[in-house]
Order: sequence, then structure tokens, then C-alpha cells
Amino acid sequence: MTSPSATADVLAPPAESESDNYLTHDKGILSWLLTLDHKRIGVMYLMCVMGAFLLGGVFALLIRTELLTPGRTIVEHDTYNQLFTLHGAVMVFLVIIPGIPAALGNFVLPLQLGAKDVAFPRLNLASWYLWMIGASFLVVSLVTNAADTGWTFYTPYSTTTTTSVIPALFGAFILGFSSIFTGLNFITTMHKLRPPGMTWFRMPLFLWALYSTAVIQVLATPVLAITLLMLIVERFIGIGIFDPALGGDPVLFQHFFWFYSHPAVYIMIVPAFGVVSEIIAVFSRKRIFGYKFIALSSVAIAILGFLVWGHHMFVSGQSVLAGTIFSGITFLIAIPTAIKVFNWITTMYKGRIHLDTPMLYALFFLWVFSIGGLTGIFLGVMSLDVHLHDTYFVVAHFHYVMMGGAVTAFFGGLHYWWPKMFGRMYDEKWGRTACGLLFVGLNLTFFPQFILGTRGMPRRYYNYLVEFQPLHQLSSMGAYLMGISFVIVAVYLLRSLRKGEPAPANPWGSNTLEWRTVSPPPYYNFHDTPEVVEGPYEYADWVYDKRIRGYVRKASDAS
Amino acid sequence: MAQLVAEQLSEHGPSGGHGHAQDPEHAQNPYLAHHFDTPRHQFEAGKLGIWIFLITEILFFGGLFCAYAIYRSLHPEVFIYAHYYLDTFWGAVNTGVLILSSLTAAWAVRNAQLGQRQMLIFNIVATVILACCFLCVKYVEYSHKFHERTLPGRYFNPEHEVWELPSYQKAHAHAAGHTAAALESHGEAAAPQAEPVPPGTPPALGGAEVKQAPPGAPVRPRNVGVFFSIYFCMTGLHGIHVVAGIITWLWILRKTLRGEFGPSNFGAVDYAALYWHLVDLIWIYLFPLLYLIH
Repeated sequence: MTSPSATADVLAPPAESESDNYLTHDKGILSWLLTLDHKRIGVMYLMCVMGAFLLGGVFALLIRTELLTPGRTIVEHDTYNQLFTLHGAVMVFLVIIPGIPAALGNFVLPLQLGAKDVAFPRLNLASWYLWMIGASFLVVSLVTNAADTGWTFYTPYSTTTTTSVIPALFGAFILGFSSIFTGLNFITTMHKLRPPGMTWFRMPLFLWALYSTAVIQVLATPVLAITLLMLIVERFIGIGIFDPALGGDPVLFQHFFWFYSHPAVYIMIVPAFGVVSEIIAVFSRKRIFGYKFIALSSVAIAILGFLVWGHHMFVSGQSVLAGTIFSGITFLIAIPTAIKVFNWITTMYKGRIHLDTPMLYALFFLWVFSIGGLTGIFLGVMSLDVHLHDTYFVVAHFHYVMMGGAVTAFFGGLHYWWPKMFGRMYDEKWGRTACGLLFVGLNLTFFPQFILGTRGMPRRYYNYLVEFQPLHQLSSMGAYLMGISFVIVAVYLLRSLRKGEPAPANPWGSNTLEWRTVSPPPYYNFHDTPEVVEGPYEYADWVYDKRIRGYVRKASDAS
Repeated sequence: MAQLVAEQLSEHGPSGGHGHAQDPEHAQNPYLAHHFDTPRHQFEAGKLGIWIFLITEILFFGGLFCAYAIYRSLHPEVFIYAHYYLDTFWGAVNTGVLILSSLTAAWAVRNAQLGQRQMLIFNIVATVILACCFLCVKYVEYSHKFHERTLPGRYFNPEHEVWELPSYQKAHAHAAGHTAAALESHGEAAAPQAEPVPPGTPPALGGAEVKQAPPGAPVRPRNVGVFFSIYFCMTGLHGIHVVAGIITWLWILRKTLRGEFGPSNFGAVDYAALYWHLVDLIWIYLFPLLYLIH
């Protein structure tokens, strides 16, 4: 039973909630561009990341269209090289890395923590501007003579090609600092701005995931920064650090690059784990199984992730001993990852599962991420990797993980927090439909690529043998289907901003703090700082109220 | 000292009073941001932030130190040969200058904590002047290298051979015949062949004619330029950090002149000083690694 007083306890007076929330608190474009409010910065990140996602997606569709036939279909081979380079660079540096931490994390982190803002609001805004500057450099490279090195910028090609590599490198360099400052801000916030009662082990798992991610961002990204800087200097004046003719070593670049870029894979996927942990617990209406294991496995992944970069370089001539060690540690990472997957499944076991759109994305994630993760173990085996290296098998593997894992979880999180961010509900029917189409599209795109890879189709090739054509065409059809699904998502989400039903404070019955404040939240986040007396996954007190189409907290023992 | 500061800051313990910006603590302290409870709370958050930033800085330079370690182990003869081109005197002077500036920076923090405005201004200005001295010395060293054409990578084309340098002659003065043996033991003379003139390099200006090497003089190993690539990358990046430090101190000076600092608000000075100490510390590693090779 719900007593009116309990409702009033969680919902602020409606008059106030409508007149003052973070979206309406100030007006005008400058109130956005100069805002220090983490929620607005999160929304600005969201818009920009989505714009970049559109750009990267268009590149992807052009690539898949070109690959419909062997030989020329729509573009020349040089243009094709530029397309896959920009697709990779945009998706990695502009979309997936900032996607969950900077866009969703910025909005959610202080709210889930019960804080009024992140520790350094001005630095937070600076991170966004750095993102914009970095993105503009990538665009400069795009419109001048786009880089064609692949997003990995391997030497010696990257120091000798005539395309404009330097703007792309400089863009990635600046984006790195954006990422570092976001991580720095998040770590400090979680250490210093927890309200009374919010102990480390009462933090929602999304925060644990963001914390682990932030640690990787802070420790790995500076190494990328210095590597790109050396590459810029190398290309600019030819100092020879990566040039064997002058005593340098091009393989050193690969070591430096992967020292960052393998941990960066976890910058992309660990926040996704956090989102999935939240969604699965809420929509199973059951306390998460193995909270501490999930929390600490994020930390374990963050640490082990630093020690496996050599598995990208099994064919670079590194010693068999080094390869064996890297291979062994790579297998170790499967353990904390599997701990998470099993705990999520156990959470669902005997839960009351609600198949709302966010939950569909979480289940989608479990399927495709498991495929992506397990094929990663194939690639961690040295003998097999020699065969599969630089084939479509690798392409399929990391798209299953990055697209199926990180992007899927990002969209799951977006649907989960959308009512909180904008105070509107989207059309659930369309949400489920688009999610289903995406699931089909993703598998149709990338599963054939596993087969292509095992049959010897190398990655990044413009041309191919005629016998590969049916599989390439299947893959392209899947890509178009995904394109259509994302358009559907964009349409119903944007439509909800105008026509969606007003969202209740807690539409899903979650027990984390962001759902204790109104939707959208007021400028200062909470009318009264919530006091934390229990863990984040206790759902017994939340009951569904048909009138407001959301959950309210039962009058607890006090009344 | 830390305890004293802690007392000054903790007049109002973390009460958990998370009200809006109208509470007395925020009303009387314009420098306390709305999302912090007390000045101490704000100070500690900033301190953690700057320490994390310093960690990223160490990793940023770490890439270069790693490159240094790899190339020194791959080409030890290059590093021993090339270090004679560096001027240990100026390097030592700069080390002294930076250590002194760290002292003034630390002193400035103390002045801010105690609200000693005049001394604070003096120490900040002293730090900036010392930093400028460092850059001037660096300018002298760099311009000397440009004249001598001891430059990175393929641009390495020195005016003088190493045995013409005073630093080399001084190190090997006592026995000319001993030189070859000493170099042999360092693996210098073991370099297989002399540097072939890379195609496309202009002939050396000035002393274009082939100089007659004295007996026992070391043969120039291949790829000496890689040492200067590392040298210019490391000292150049460090120099950029010194410039950033000067800008930071000038910003702190501006805030000081506005009277912003005192016992309840000295965080910015403390953070700038921590950054400055790191810049100093990196130089303390660079100096022996580049100048004092034996």
C-alpha cells in the first residue's frame, strides 16, 4: 500500500519541479556553453557523441557499400583507406571512449553518489571543450586530406604517407587530455564527495565501473599522449625515434601504442559492465548477486589490462617467452570477466524479469559480449593468432565487443536514464522493436566476418576474391539494417522530447539515488541530501503506483 | 606545520550540512565552492586532484624515459660518445637554479598559509625569475647546439669531432694512449664502422675538410643523432612544462595581488608548488641521465 505521505516524501512538490529543473534553470545558449553543471555538461557530451556516432556510422555504411562487390563499387582504394581510418578513429576516440563515462557518467555519477556536482566543475567543462577541439582537428584531417593509416597509426607508414596525419594525431592527443581530466575528476569526486552513509561498498556498481575506468584513463592515456607527440615530432622533422635508418625502432611505436590502447579497450568496456549491472538488477527486481565480486572484478580487469598489450603483437617478432607471458595474462582476464557474466545470470535467476527496453539491451549485451569475449580467447592463443592475425576474424571479434558490448550498453544506459535526463518517457513499443532489429543487424553484420576471417580474408582490404562475395554482402545487409534501427531510435527518442509522457521520479523502481529526485533533477540535484542507510539494490520497499506510472517507496518501518 | 594547517582548516568539521549555498560557511567564504562543505573539504579534494594530475605527468614523461632506457641499452656507445657534446657546467647551474626555485615555491606555500602577503609576493616573483633563468640557460645551450649542428636524427652533423671538445680532452687528458683502452672497455670503439655520410645531407659548413684524428681518438658510432633526438624531446618537453609553470605562477601572483590567499584559502598556491616540485624533480633525473654519462 502506498500512503500519500510516502509519495510526497520522494516527489518534490510538482509546482517546483516543473518550474525549476536543470534544463530550465537558466536560458540561452551561453548558459549552456559556460555551464558548470555536470548534468548540462553530460547532455552536451551526449549530443556531441551522438553527432560523432552519426559521422562514424556513415563512414561504416560507406565501407560496407564499397565491399558489396570486389574491386571498385563506389570509391577508389585510397578513399577506402581513408574511410576505414576515420571510421576507426571517430568511433574509438570520439564515441566509445567518451560515450559512457563522459556523457552518461557525467550526468549520473554525482546523482548516484548523492553529491551536488563533480569535484572540479570547471575542469569538467574544460574537458568538454578539449573534446570539441580534438574533434575539430579530426575534422580538419578529414576535410584536408584524410589520414589513411588506420586508427592505429603504425609506423613507418604513418611517418611516410602523404595524407594529413598530423592533424589526426594532434586531435587524438587533445582528446586524450579530455579523457584524462574526466577520469581525474571522477576519482576525486568518488573519494571526496560521498555523502554520509555512502560507504564504498554501498556505491552502485556503475560507480565502481566508472572508478576503475577512471584509473585506467589516468594511468594509460598519458602514455598515448607522449607516443602521439613523438610521432608528430618524428613526422614533422624526422628525428628518427621510430626510424630504423636513424637508429630508431618502429616496433617501439607498437609497444607504446598498445600500452595505452589495450587498456583503452577496458576504458570502453568496463563502464558498459557497470551499466549492465544496474539494468539487470533493477529489471530482475532482485538484489544483485555477488556485489563485491562484480565491484572488485572491475578493479582486477583494470589492473590486468595493463599487462597484456603484447597480445596485439604476436607476429611483430617479439620473443616467444614474452608472447607466452602476454598470452597467459590475457587468459587470466577471462576470469574476472566471467565472474561478472555469471553473476548477472545468477541475478536474473528466480528474479521477476521485466523486459523493458533497457533490459532488452542488457540481454542483448550478454549474448553478443559473450561471443566477442570468447573469440578474444581464440586470438589470445599464440598459435591460432598467427593464423587469424589481421583477418576479418579480428574485425568481427572487436566489433562484437565494442559495438555489441560498449555501444549496446551505451544505448541500454541511454534508454534507462533518458526519463531522468529529460523528464520524458519514450515509446516503449518502438524501443523494443529497434532493439530487436539491432540484435539481428549486428549479428548479420559481424557473424559472417568470423567465417570470412577463418577462410583468410584479410582486414582493411579493398579488393577480395569472388568466393567471399556472398558473405561480404550478408555483412553489408546487416550494416544497413543496423543503420535503419539507429534511425528509428533517433526518431522516437527525439519525438519523446516533445510528445513523450512526463516521466515519474522513478519509472523503473530502482533504488539508486538518482531516482530519489524528480525527473529531470533540480539544479542542485537534491532538494535534501539523501541519507544512505542501505545498499543500492534493495527493491522490497519500492511498489508500482499505477496513477503516476512509476514506483514509490512504501512507508517503511517509521510509519 | 601540516598539523597547524589542519587545525586552521578544521574549525568547522565535516558536519554533513549539505544545504544550499546560503549557509554561513559559504556566505562568509567567497572561495568555497557550493558543492563542498568546508574549506578543508575543498582543499583536500584539490590536493587529491593535483596528485592524480602529477601521476599522469610522470606517466607522460615515463614514455620518454622508457625510450631513453631502450635506446641506451641498444646503443650504449652512442650515449657515451654523444654526452661529451653537452655542457655539464650549464646543466649543473640549471639544476641549482631549479632546486632554489623549489625552495622559494615551498616557502610561498608557507607564506600563503600564514597570510604573509609581502613574502608571498616576493617568493612567487623569485620563483618566476629563477624559472626564467633556467630558460635563459636552456636558450644558451640550445643555440650552441644549433650552431654546432649537434641536432636530432638525420640533422646530426657536428662542426667538431668529439676529440676536439674540451669536455672530452679534460676527461682524457692524463693519458692519450689510455683513451683507446678506456673506450674499448665502454664498448665505444667496438662500433663496427664509422658513420657514413647520409645521402642528401649538405656538407658540413666551416670545417668541411676532413680533419686528421689523433691516434686513439674514438670512431664516431652510427646514429649519434638518436641521442640528440632523445635529448631534445626530453629537455624540450621539460622546457614546455617550465613555461607552463611560469604561466601558472603569474596567475597565482595575480590572485595574490587581489588578496585572495590566506589561512582558509591557500590551495592554489599549494597545488602550483606541487606541480613545480615535479618539474624540478624531472630535471633532477634528466641531468644525470643526459649529462653525466660514464
